[in-house]
Amino acid sequence: MAKEVSPGVLALRKVVDDVHADARKAKAEGKLVGWSSSKFPCELAAAFDLDVMYPENQAAGIAANRDGEIMCQAAEDLGFDNDICGYARISLAYAAGKRAARKFDPETLEYIIDPNSGKPLKDENGKVVMGEDGKPVKDPKTQQPYTVLVDIHEIEAMPDGPLKDKYWESVKPYRQMRIPQPDFLLCCNNICNCMTKWYENIARMCNIPLIMIDIPYNNTVEVHDSNVAYVRAQFDAAIKQLEELTGKKFDEKKFEQACANANRTASAWLRVCDYLQYKPAPYSGFDLFNHMADIVTARAKVQAAEAFELLEKDLEQAIKEGTTTTPFPEKYRVMFEGIPCWPKLPDLFKPLKANGVNVTAVVYAPAFGFVYEDLDGMARAYYKAPNSVCIEQGVAWREGICKDNKVDGVLVHYNRSCKPWSGYMAEMQRRFTADLGIPCAGFDGDQADPRNFNAAQYETRVQGLVEAMEQNAANKEG
Amino acid sequence: MSIELMMKQFQDIAYNPNKQLADFKAAGKKVIGVLPYYAPEELVYAAGMVPMGMWGSNKKTISRAKEYCATFYCTIAQLALEMLLDGTMDQLDGLITPTICDTLRPMSQNFRVAIGDKIPTIFLAHPQNRFADWGLKFCMDQYNDVRKMLDKISGHEMTDEDIRKAIKVYNASRAARREFVKLANEHCDVVTPTLRSAVLKASWFMLKDEYTEKLVALNEELKKLPKANWKGVKVVTSGIVCDNPKLLAIFEENNIAIAADDVAHESRAFRTDADETGDPMLALAKQFANTDYDVLLYDPASSSNRRGEFVANLVKESGAQGLILFMQQFCDPEEMEYPYLKKALDEAGIPHIKLGVDQQMRDFGQASTAIQAFADVL
Repeated sequence: MAKEVSPGVLALRKVVDDVHADARKAKAEGKLVGWSSSKFPCELAAAFDLDVMYPENQAAGIAANRDGEIMCQAAEDLGFDNDICGYARISLAYAAGKRAARKFDPETLEYIIDPNSGKPLKDENGKVVMGEDGKPVKDPKTQQPYTVLVDIHEIEAMPDGPLKDKYWESVKPYRQMRIPQPDFLLCCNNICNCMTKWYENIARMCNIPLIMIDIPYNNTVEVHDSNVAYVRAQFDAAIKQLEELTGKKFDEKKFEQACANANRTASAWLRVCDYLQYKPAPYSGFDLFNHMADIVTARAKVQAAEAFELLEKDLEQAIKEGTTTTPFPEKYRVMFEGIPCWPKLPDLFKPLKANGVNVTAVVYAPAFGFVYEDLDGMARAYYKAPNSVCIEQGVAWREGICKDNKVDGVLVHYNRSCKPWSGYMAEMQRRFTADLGIPCAGFDGDQADPRNFNAAQYETRVQGLVEAMEQNAANKEG
Repeated sequence: MSIELMMKQFQDIAYNPNKQLADFKAAGKKVIGVLPYYAPEELVYAAGMVPMGMWGSNKKTISRAKEYCATFYCTIAQLALEMLLDGTMDQLDGLITPTICDTLRPMSQNFRVAIGDKIPTIFLAHPQNRFADWGLKFCMDQYNDVRKMLDKISGHEMTDEDIRKAIKVYNASRAARREFVKLANEHCDVVTPTLRSAVLKASWFMLKDEYTEKLVALNEELKKLPKANWKGVKVVTSGIVCDNPKLLAIFEENNIAIAADDVAHESRAFRTDADETGDPMLALAKQFANTDYDVLLYDPASSSNRRGEFVANLVKESGAQGLILFMQQFCDPEEMEYPYLKKALDEAGIPHIKLGVDQQMRDFGQASTAIQAFADVL
């Protein structure tokens, strides 16, 4: 049965679809389209009415669409080491013109179906139909062509005609594989220094300007005035660069409106996140993962604020009616630490579902809750990204949501793609257990490269966590 | 003193930093551990203390550090933590923890937590937008914090004049090392890759005035020698650290000399001098701002391939025939810059090989085969 989708979720999907459609339209009309890191102050670009795409979201989307491996491999073929962040590899391959596409026969221009793809065919009684070879028969309606890699520069160089048109058509149709190439870059390295080199590489590949806002790592919970002054000066420098790029003057009114929208969106986002505090929760942290694209892509748009406010109403209703989108009874509540393994979401979900474990806390909540009152406040807000804060701040954020959202344990993703995020996780685990008395379990994975995830290890670790949570609960009762 | 003996002295120091640390402590000196990269060592010197570089170890195995890090972190950082945990560095009076890469960011926290109250940590975050006045100002603010912490450890306030003097000592040391690198190229029959590395490595474990005095004396002796009639091949080395004697011995076995380097632990650390007059804190901030062609630093002209071309030119100008890249495992900045380094080298017609290395490598069979094959091609 198809899952019922709430009006708020539908509104958020539309907001993101519109942002992508607007960017494609802008590109077609010869207007500038930028690529931006997820925590660059989007308010600045909004003040210039610029269309902006977000490579991190794009990479997550590509990975969730199962094209992470072919794109990572393409970057490795360009010389980028397989130890580099999977988002960066996917994005660098894309910037270089590589695309995941559907294989077709150049003679007939027909797609070539991969016989291993698709879901099992079921008969009228819902039973899986078995073939003569003893294997389930695939439902032809769900089968897909083989995935191959194409290069847009090679396609562009082809003579016009049906073959060239077919190549363009063959590029996978989902929106993340169709974002326009960039005309400028907006980089803020508050999440990692890898971002700096990633964007420099794109600037070189595409020969385009790069606007850089540097946020050095912070060793204290407070953001000191010296740090604020440095970031404020960079806002001013970025504005000058954007004026030169666009030939327009900075529009203060538009900027103020963008800030108001961004604050409204962030506040609504935080309230939506807070609904995970209800027991049982009206939705799962996995849903919040999916909304990450919304908060990143459209933070400064009033439509995003409105859509999150609508989602808030949906959740209020769900609480009244006692419903939830989590498709199993909630027995345990955990915090999922880290970025999810996008290519393996079903594998992540399976043992959680089997054990009644709902993810009721994720670190994305504070990660995008940029709420501020003035420009100094804005600088301070952008200084506090998950990977730019000291261990005390990192622990305080997490222990706060663990307490508020009443979790019984923590599942920690040691993410091969994210050195800054995973770097002090072992110490954090010790503190969670010492401070909150809850068990933690770590597993190895990757946010985008499926080769770095082992489902068997993950299941064993989840099992271990469940047993520890069981024991904890028994001890409390006993 | 013979050249051999002079180099042997540097080698003894380079291979026995523990002894150096113990000797400094026995002489009543305070010692500050300095992690990579770009910490203003001049301030430690100006405070009357000894800065000791901490670039991992070729002898140790990661064990206690595993309680803090997953496996996918560079061994330099992990082994630095190991040495802080296993007692090797217990005699330190302080530790400077820069945070310019994605491993050092969280590791700065692990260092601080792991050593607790045992050794004070001095946090340092450099700006990447380091050129404009406000970038310099932020760098100075950071350096002033370092200065205050150092004053606290030393027990007295350093003066601007102390720092100016330290800058002079360091500029002289950097000049002597740059000259040594040139002389090592001209006299590569005497200054083998292993000795070259040891001479440069010793600088991290000595007071710079003492080091410079010895190095200038060595340079003078080298100048007296006739230039080498080198029949082997010459390469430029590139990477973070290339100091493993076993690895460098493979160079010697294959008659490969090092003409110049683009190594963080070597030339990248002494390419840029600081102004000797005016505000010394500004001079140090400007020195950092002027540091260029570096994998770890933001390049505002990033749409051109300046760093790749710089290294390619270094190969040509030094008379090398190729480049050997020591790719430090799990080093994102090196890995991210590799494709464009390769592009610049390919365009300049310079052959290169990329060798994966880490400090826990004990078997060099594969590296030996690759280096030998590369020498044959050259």
